[in-house]
Amino acid sequence: MTAIPFILLILAVLGGYFINRMAAREIRDTGNRLHSLTSYHGMFSALMILVPVLTFILLWLVFRGPLVDRLVMGNLPDGVLDNLGTGAIQLILAEIKSVSRGVIFGTPEDWKFAAADHFVALNKRADWLLVVCAGALSLALMYFARSRVTAEFRARQGVEGIISGLMIFCSVVAIFTTIGIVASLSYETYRFFEMVPITEFLFGTSWEPQIPIREDQIAAEGAFGWLPVILGTFVITFVAIVLAVPVGLCSAVYLNEFAPRKLRSVIKPLLEILAGVPTIVYGFFAVLVVAPAIRSFGQSIGLDVAPNTALAAGGVMGIMLIPFISSFADDALSAVPQTLRDGALGLGATRAEMMLNVLFPAALPGIVGGVLLAVSRAIGETMIVVMAAGLIARMTINPLDSVTTVTVQIVTLLIGDTAFDNPKTLAAFALGMMLFLVTLMINIFALRIVRKYREAYD
Amino acid sequence: MTDTTNAAGAPRGQSAADLVAASLKRRHRKQVWLQAIGIGAISIAFTMLFILVMSLVSTGWQAFTQTHVTLDVYVDPAEVPVERLPRGGFADVAGASLGAMLPDVDMTDRATARSVRNILSNGAQFHLRDLVVADPGLIGRTVTIKVPVSDPFDQLNKGLIDRDTPNEFRRVKNNEIAWFDALQDQGAISKPFNWALFTNADSRFPELAGLKGALVGSFWALLVCFLIAFPLGIGAAIYLEEFAPKNKISDLIEVNINNLAAVPSVVFGLLALAVFIGWFGLPRSAPFVGGLALALMTMPTIIIATRAALKAVPPSIREAALGLGASRQQVVFQHVLPLAMPGILTGTIIGLAQALGETAPLLLIGMNAFITSAASSPFDSATALPTQIFIWADSPERGFVSRTSAAILVLLGFLVMMNGIAIYLRQKFERKW
Repeated sequence: MTAIPFILLILAVLGGYFINRMAAREIRDTGNRLHSLTSYHGMFSALMILVPVLTFILLWLVFRGPLVDRLVMGNLPDGVLDNLGTGAIQLILAEIKSVSRGVIFGTPEDWKFAAADHFVALNKRADWLLVVCAGALSLALMYFARSRVTAEFRARQGVEGIISGLMIFCSVVAIFTTIGIVASLSYETYRFFEMVPITEFLFGTSWEPQIPIREDQIAAEGAFGWLPVILGTFVITFVAIVLAVPVGLCSAVYLNEFAPRKLRSVIKPLLEILAGVPTIVYGFFAVLVVAPAIRSFGQSIGLDVAPNTALAAGGVMGIMLIPFISSFADDALSAVPQTLRDGALGLGATRAEMMLNVLFPAALPGIVGGVLLAVSRAIGETMIVVMAAGLIARMTINPLDSVTTVTVQIVTLLIGDTAFDNPKTLAAFALGMMLFLVTLMINIFALRIVRKYREAYD
Repeated sequence: MTDTTNAAGAPRGQSAADLVAASLKRRHRKQVWLQAIGIGAISIAFTMLFILVMSLVSTGWQAFTQTHVTLDVYVDPAEVPVERLPRGGFADVAGASLGAMLPDVDMTDRATARSVRNILSNGAQFHLRDLVVADPGLIGRTVTIKVPVSDPFDQLNKGLIDRDTPNEFRRVKNNEIAWFDALQDQGAISKPFNWALFTNADSRFPELAGLKGALVGSFWALLVCFLIAFPLGIGAAIYLEEFAPKNKISDLIEVNINNLAAVPSVVFGLLALAVFIGWFGLPRSAPFVGGLALALMTMPTIIIATRAALKAVPPSIREAALGLGASRQQVVFQHVLPLAMPGILTGTIIGLAQALGETAPLLLIGMNAFITSAASSPFDSATALPTQIFIWADSPERGFVSRTSAAILVLLGFLVMMNGIAIYLRQKFERKW
């Protein structure tokens, strides 16, 4: 059923194209000189139909569902929804919908059957209305476009204007995405802070996101202080960076200066493979191989290592970041002007001295920018830590212990049922907001360093 | 000669040349050290890559075969009456014929009969049922079926259960091993390629679980992602690279896109959950919503790749076309864009490969549900390859460990294929101007 308007749209677009092109050809064949090529007349008609009708259909499809829901719920008999919370009302709506699909559990009341019939009827009516409206709109636009075909009509300018508009729209989508992220996160975070005071979230040292099931339940008050969570994130990030930075930098130095050209052309793509492995694979690797290995090694030297130690998650994350840092450092070293290399070598420096005393300091800002981006990635990395790090927030900086991270908490709070009316799920959005802000600040800072430094040598 | 070249303050008896030679030696040694450290660092990275791949292959390859048992089942009309189809005692019928193949088994003893039935996978009875429902004439006759054995026996056959473990600690008991060996001696046991891994959807039983649902879900999500991100990304890139005036707004868009490319993926999941599911009321667990989230994530990658490809087209092409009277849009769409297309496609495929491996946003929108059938449209509930891996990795059954590795190998196979296509495109069509 939803396919019909789209098929109509395609037909109308093709029809409009050919009708206008034929009309333009007719004018041309009678000896007039056209301003635009005939295909532009066709394109003008096609775009005039495509853009408004497609927008109309998509908006209709987006707003139809909520509108029909509201009409159905508004038409229920008086009194059945009294004293019900939003969750219960949602349940009733879901039941009505499943009844309307013929899936019936138990014995629903008669008014639910009536509502289900109403739901089906409304949906059917909405479908037909959409087909009729889309068809009528297409025809009107087709007629309008056809009426514009004259010898003097500047069809090419019309087409190019529409295409420019579309391209500007495409560019603005990126801004809309950012606005969407900020708006959704801040809205849910605001609701979270209505339930949990902001000072408790920012400065609390205990994170136990749970909600009492019964009013009088003891020891289930829930605590929402994010400090232990962010501390755990930093511990794991630190482990990852300590592994990734030296290895990444040393390999970049070797690849950039010492590796034979052939070897370099083999090693670089192989390193990129490490960067292309999905993070869930690293997560499974950490659980399957690295964590048991670290644990048994720890036991053999008499250390007590937690099963989901921060070392495993951080170490594997470090492996993931090696190619990231190495390619950033390689780019930064390559961006140093050749004159600096030649000057150093000409003064008698060995290649190692040239690298360590001249190239490396010159490339340092770029390298620092790359490392900062890696830090931001490590903070935002999700799957490795979801699989390999712990769930319980502890105020500890011991990497042998099990710690949790911001992303782990977001995922575990939101997996499963999500009703947006309790602090537990909303806490995930507050954490997401903090994650977004922290990574955004690091990213902006890092990108600025990288950019500024590139400009200095260009 | 020596007097004139002797450096001031040098110890007597040592010429400057000796000094220089000594220090050169030291300095060259330093260089060798630096190189050695570099090679060491690269080897660390490669060792890790090697261990990663080897551990996946060594645990995963077993899941590409599946132990089957071939049975002659007498479809007893007393157990499976034709009028009760599709219901009937198919498990009992299959169990009875298996029991008949085993020496000294008393099938009248309920406990024994149950443990004999447990050799067969839970899917065996449904396989038999489907056969009989398709052709009720089989009732009262004997059919030969080849069905999977249950997970513990699969593990036993693959040598993953140690026969030397004491009986009480072993998942398969001594008598069960004896039965299995008897079946093996009769040649009833075979280990063919595990097609079910690709043709079955998810299941609670490892021997029946397959990736079909995940593959279909990933396909829908990637399709939606491509249909949205590709046109939007190219449009935005063309505008920013070729038409945008140099002003504050263009700058803002550009900074915005660069930052968006570095936003953690889990944040896109939060966005999809709050906006697409919470505000627009789209269904949970649907590949359509997953595709939308992935599209927003992939778009910056495509924009950046497209801009690089457009930049690589030399200005002489543009100038020649402009000089012949083409409008600026004609220049871009008829000349620059076709030349930049290989680069754009390469970037797009790499972006889609990233999207295929992305897990976190899909988890947040609920694509980690337990779903036993493949989605028939992008609005049905589904899992995707990476979320299926996540589900299996969390499953406690022993058999899912090798399934998880196998699923990862399948995922990596797809990624290698996509990247291979991208590299091929780049090498085939890349032009040096």
